Amino acid sequence: MTVTTFIPAKSTAVKNYLTAGFGIRSWLLTTDHKRIGLMFFGSVTFFFFIGGAAATLIRLDLLDPAGRLVQPDMYNRLFTMHGVVMVWFFLIPSIPTTLGNFFLPLMIGAKDLAFPRLNLLSWYLFNASGILAVYFLLVGGVDTGWTFYTPLSSQYATGHVLPAAMAVFVNGFSSILTGLNFIVTTHRLRAPGMTWFRLPLFVWAIYATSLVMVLATPVLAMTLALMSMERFLGIGLFDPAIGGDPLLFQHLFWFYSHPAVYIMILPAMGVVSEVIACYARKPVFGYRGMAYALMSIAVIGFFVWGHHMFVTGMSLYSGVVFSFMSFIVAVPSAIKVFNWIATLHKGWITFDAPMLYALGFVGLFTTGGVTGLVVATLAADVHLHDTYFVIAHFHFIMVGGTVSAYFAGLHYWWPKITGRLYPEMWARLAAILTFTGFNFTFFPQFILGYLGMPRRYHAYPPEFQVWNVLSSAGASILAIAYILPLAYLGWSLLYGKRAGSNPWHATGLEWMTSSPPPEHNFVRTPVVTSAPYAYPDPETLADEPAGRRPQA
Amino acid sequence: MSQRAAALKPEMQYADLAQQGETAQLGMWIFLATEVLFFGGMMAAYLAYRMTYNADFDAAAKESVIWIGSVNTAVLVTSSLTMVMAIHAAAERERQPIVYFLLATAALGLIFLGLKGYEYVEDYNDAVVPVLNFHPKEGNPGAVELFWLFYFYATLLHAVHLTIGIILVFFMAVRAKRGAFDAGYYAPLEVVGLYWSFVDTVWVFLFALIYPIGRSG
Ligand SMILES: [Cu+2]
Repeated sequence: MTVTTFIPAKSTAVKNYLTAGFGIRSWLLTTDHKRIGLMFFGSVTFFFFIGGAAATLIRLDLLDPAGRLVQPDMYNRLFTMHGVVMVWFFLIPSIPTTLGNFFLPLMIGAKDLAFPRLNLLSWYLFNASGILAVYFLLVGGVDTGWTFYTPLSSQYATGHVLPAAMAVFVNGFSSILTGLNFIVTTHRLRAPGMTWFRLPLFVWAIYATSLVMVLATPVLAMTLALMSMERFLGIGLFDPAIGGDPLLFQHLFWFYSHPAVYIMILPAMGVVSEVIACYARKPVFGYRGMAYALMSIAVIGFFVWGHHMFVTGMSLYSGVVFSFMSFIVAVPSAIKVFNWIATLHKGWITFDAPMLYALGFVGLFTTGGVTGLVVATLAADVHLHDTYFVIAHFHFIMVGGTVSAYFAGLHYWWPKITGRLYPEMWARLAAILTFTGFNFTFFPQFILGYLGMPRRYHAYPPEFQVWNVLSSAGASILAIAYILPLAYLGWSLLYGKRAGSNPWHATGLEWMTSSPPPEHNFVRTPVVTSAPYAYPDPETLADEPAGRRPQA
Repeated sequence: MSQRAAALKPEMQYADLAQQGETAQLGMWIFLATEVLFFGGMMAAYLAYRMTYNADFDAAAKESVIWIGSVNTAVLVTSSLTMVMAIHAAAERERQPIVYFLLATAALGLIFLGLKGYEYVEDYNDAVVPVLNFHPKEGNPGAVELFWLFYFYATLLHAVHLTIGIILVFFMAVRAKRGAFDAGYYAPLEVVGLYWSFVDTVWVFLFALIYPIGRSG
């Protein structure tokens, strides 16, 4: 991207955002999107390890067909805790509130988000909901599953459904306000010359995500409010005793919760587009198509929710429509995969850690997507519904896909965020372990599901044991792969080499300012004059550091 | 006072006040889109049951107090007019009329809430309040109860929104009196106006869903 009339900040002359103020007040009352991004990073990391602890206990229990580690009731609470925490307290906020918060204004050349105080409020709402979540876990948890289906949640649940629903409700408003802020910022605060089709794909991805956040989350909020009232009053709109319809709850729930998957995966696609372009040193193939694909996934994603309900007795005709729409959403998804591959074609590829994570994403997302088509097929779903096949499918998308991309982005932008380089070899090791551990954990679950093992049981027939042991063994590799970055990224904060303003020779406005960026991002507002991903000819990069040189 | 107003500067992230004002309005529009879906979830539930239990909903709706609903509709529509007049006065930079029109708007909002409260008492006397006092005269009691649950959820949620609106309008009146809009920058007023009109519009939909349906023939 060519930038004129713009002078990079001299790190000695200008305080960066970390040194602009000290003390707890300068953080808790900050309106700087970069600091708020870091604070969100702290919050979601905390919940990632809580959700991970529940997953660990689940995998330990399933080592043994009799499931002797925990009682069935405890098992119900564990998978509910795992689902609620991972979906709302990690996966949905992960990329948008951390990397999105930090980089959206930088990438469009703005000084901050449109509503900085609202952004801080989002963080406080998130933590308030987090406190409610920790509360419901400490007092004994919930046994409904993350889906809160009525009448189980309203009449028959023995857990603390009300605080759990309240936690998700408040969390939703944090999500809505973040999305609102991102949409308005993208519309109004782009730097001069930053037209819509000069936006980096990460910005497009965050924009599409925000649309889904703003339009889907309120429906979940209303649904959970109605469910909570039903539990509180003992009578309600979904109560079959007075003619209410529990399936209506499921429709409303999935109207949010299917698009919620796109809240998780669209930002990941944005990150991967940035990373692949940088480490293939080529413009993203079919840039406009990629932007349109993001938007169409966001829109079509609103009309497929019924595929979660094929076996509830819904009419065959609506089943056919929902199945068809689910196939349609695969088209823009496939366009994205083909375009990433085309970007790699004849690129000058280096396998740095962010690239390894990104390539892992492409493989895992493709696997998760194609198996999504299997469960979107009406007849196949009768066999596979509520089995481990579904579990494996959505973990390939949400964990294999989103978490890999989250780590890709974290490594890629780490020098910009902290001003330090991470140790490359350790990072590559973590990336490879993530991919390996993930496949070991979840591929066996496709087989388990196909063989008929249902989800949400704490015990199972002995013939399934070998696949379950394989899966639990893989999970231990995955755990190491997730803890490892915590260690070496933490180490790099103190001992990592200082990063220049653009260690990867990447394009994009965020690399044009110093690392870490100054308080208001740019010393002078940049002016953009060309399309993104204008990577130069390989020849002009002959003076790069040795590790970045072409391997002839 | 006017000097302070003249020195009004945009916040750090904006180039000028015009950009700041337009951005604030866009923010409110997006928020209202969220609100549409928030109320929409409940209205979708209503419509599903309205189609399933058509006759019972007709029977239930006949028990609603239509005269209060109608008067309240007139009250809120009038309040939207006074709200717009306040914004017009701000555009003309006339301080006193802004204050008067805003206070009139807030007062109409309070009248609505007062009438609504009285209507709830009437509903209680008609024995159509689920959980507290519910003995429907006509129709299948279960389906009738679904109607009344919707009625209370929807109107209470609307009342909460209206209360927030009244507080905002009152706050704007205080700011107007102190001369905050004298310099011709009145985007906050427009943003509150947008919100007010939305709350008003929601009521129009609720009125249509609740009061006339059992009486149309
Ligand atoms: Cu889905």
